[in-house]
Amino acid sequence: MSPTDLEEVRKAKAEWEKQLGAPRPGRFTTLSDMEVPLLSTPADLADSDFDYLRDLGFPGEYPYTRGVQRNMYRGKLWTMRQFAGFATAEETNARFKMLLQHGQTGLSTAFDMPTLMGYDADSPRSKGEIGKCGVAVSSLQDMERLYDGIPLGEVTTSMTINGPAIVLLAMYLAVAEKQGVPRENVRGTLQNDILKEYIAQKEWLFPVKPAVELVVDTIEYGSKYYPKWNTVSISGYHIREAGATAVQELAFTLADGLAYIDACIARGMSVDEFAPRLSFFFDVHNDFFEEVAKFRAARRLWARLMKDRYKAQDPRSWMLRTHAQTAGVSLTAQQPHNNIVRVAVQALAAVMGGTNSLHTNSMDETLSLPTDESVMIALRTQQIIAEESGVANIADPFGGSYFMESLTNRVERDAIDYIRRIDEMGGMVKAIERGFPQSEIANSAYHFQRQLEAKEKVTVGVNKYRIDEPKRIQTLTINREVERQQIQRLQALKSSRPAATHTAALQNVRESAQSGKNMVGPIIEAVKAYATLQEVCDTLRGVYGEYRETGSF
Amino acid sequence: MSSTDTNPNQKIRVLVAKPGLDGHDRGAKVIARALRDAGFEVVYTGLHQTPEMVVSAAVQEDVQVVAVSLLSGAHNALVPEILDGLKKAGLNDALVLVGGIIPDDDIVELKKLGVHEVFTPGAALQDIVDHIQKYAPVRN
Repeated sequence: MSPTDLEEVRKAKAEWEKQLGAPRPGRFTTLSDMEVPLLSTPADLADSDFDYLRDLGFPGEYPYTRGVQRNMYRGKLWTMRQFAGFATAEETNARFKMLLQHGQTGLSTAFDMPTLMGYDADSPRSKGEIGKCGVAVSSLQDMERLYDGIPLGEVTTSMTINGPAIVLLAMYLAVAEKQGVPRENVRGTLQNDILKEYIAQKEWLFPVKPAVELVVDTIEYGSKYYPKWNTVSISGYHIREAGATAVQELAFTLADGLAYIDACIARGMSVDEFAPRLSFFFDVHNDFFEEVAKFRAARRLWARLMKDRYKAQDPRSWMLRTHAQTAGVSLTAQQPHNNIVRVAVQALAAVMGGTNSLHTNSMDETLSLPTDESVMIALRTQQIIAEESGVANIADPFGGSYFMESLTNRVERDAIDYIRRIDEMGGMVKAIERGFPQSEIANSAYHFQRQLEAKEKVTVGVNKYRIDEPKRIQTLTINREVERQQIQRLQALKSSRPAATHTAALQNVRESAQSGKNMVGPIIEAVKAYATLQEVCDTLRGVYGEYRETGSF
Repeated sequence: MSSTDTNPNQKIRVLVAKPGLDGHDRGAKVIARALRDAGFEVVYTGLHQTPEMVVSAAVQEDVQVVAVSLLSGAHNALVPEILDGLKKAGLNDALVLVGGIIPDDDIVELKKLGVHEVFTPGAALQDIVDHIQKYAPVRN
């Protein structure tokens, strides 16, 4: 539009505004508390210096605002990947097989708290936690049972593990090798994002610096030997769930990514060697437009950072490929069936935002781990969006919307501001050591809770439209028997394995860690000798020390 | 006299505790801030505490209230140990509250063991503040 035309639009809008009725009381803001306009016009886009080819382009082309696949969901639907893991390896294995049989296209493994913290089932620290929030894996034997009968050359597997990620990766690669899967066919994703643990999820083992070096080890090893393995899933999910705004989620996640890139470059790798195998994982929350804008801004900002800051040449280094999960924190224990609707709205936003893979939460996840029935509804929600609603026919349907483009610009701009502040602190590792992202998130969480209490924000069934409810829905409970069984099995393994092999392998792990070698190879040898998860982690703790956080709030 | 001196909550000391391996600390931190803003004296243990560590912090700080946050499903194993420990340490009168994802049946059991109230997701901060004001034991 010409400047004169835009002036006409502005004038006409001003006229139109004179006749607006009184709005409902209160402010009109996104979930993250950004003010939004009632109406956007071409003038808003012109004000933000919008340029179609520069800012949007085409799907599959730089800067990927409109998606990373050229023909988007016409070529291939997003991967429907439901996160699962509970009790023993056998029970989770059965859930995996059920999901695959019902049309799921990728596996995603949840581990229990002891596994996430690098403790075996028989540690006193594990008491009461075994098999509760995920599956218990203390040794290669458990990993063999977990993927028993599942051809690892044909499925893609995602593993949500961070502190001891290198050990679980070693176990997975050992199982794949035993199944005879060629290295180039091993496909999947290791979460392996330790920085967001210090920021938000808080399941850590070692101090920040050696922990980042272990991540670099896996990236280096993966890039060399497992070309189709996604070495790190740089995750905003937990940052958002801990209370961050959409902009903070985006900014802190990308800043984590930049920190890994810097660490890999410091190791001597070139950016195009490893960046194509980095992937992302974002939350998708209740505010529909804000979420769509976040995904679009994420792809564009990452592409620009990769090209401008790191001079990456390979287009695959520019592409932000992402998994998404609906917001666990948005689910309510009250009137839990309402959660099905929340999940559907969130899932639709993720698809409108062009996600590559999606987990939809089950309605009962705020009460316990999900039952088979509720997991099925969650999977069917994705299938209805994909195959009934028609939305998968079109790439980036919001592209060109005056409002969506203005919002995408704003989210990107605000995220850049945060990244600049983190750069000024010396990067994300330094920012974490100062507690910067941690306190920003705690402030946002508290602000939001205050808004809920004041009813400035509404949660249906919780601070509005409450009812007296009878007994709640059927939930899944984990038997204490699981704990006994898991400990017994582990002790049987410890007494039956040949002592000399695993002791020597652990000795090699210690010496390699002390001399700063890449740790993947030595750890694979140790787990193959049936050294347990905790034995390997304790050996590394002995070399690196342990991370402690001060209890500030 | 400053306004804090006249605040009736000023003398009430609260320990916000995160036992177990669970890293979900959003709720614990929000509660800790809300209680502080309501005028209580609040101590937060930080993450990954054993039941013994929680008890010893409660004793050291001589708190009237122990607010335990748990979202990992380990409450049935860890909360009874905290209750026992508090008794053995002589803090018999401490008001023990639990917050987090706690199934209905477990709430009944925990209350039988001596937990005074369980607050599940969606509980209002003001209700928690009111509860503490009403039931916290008086100490000098």
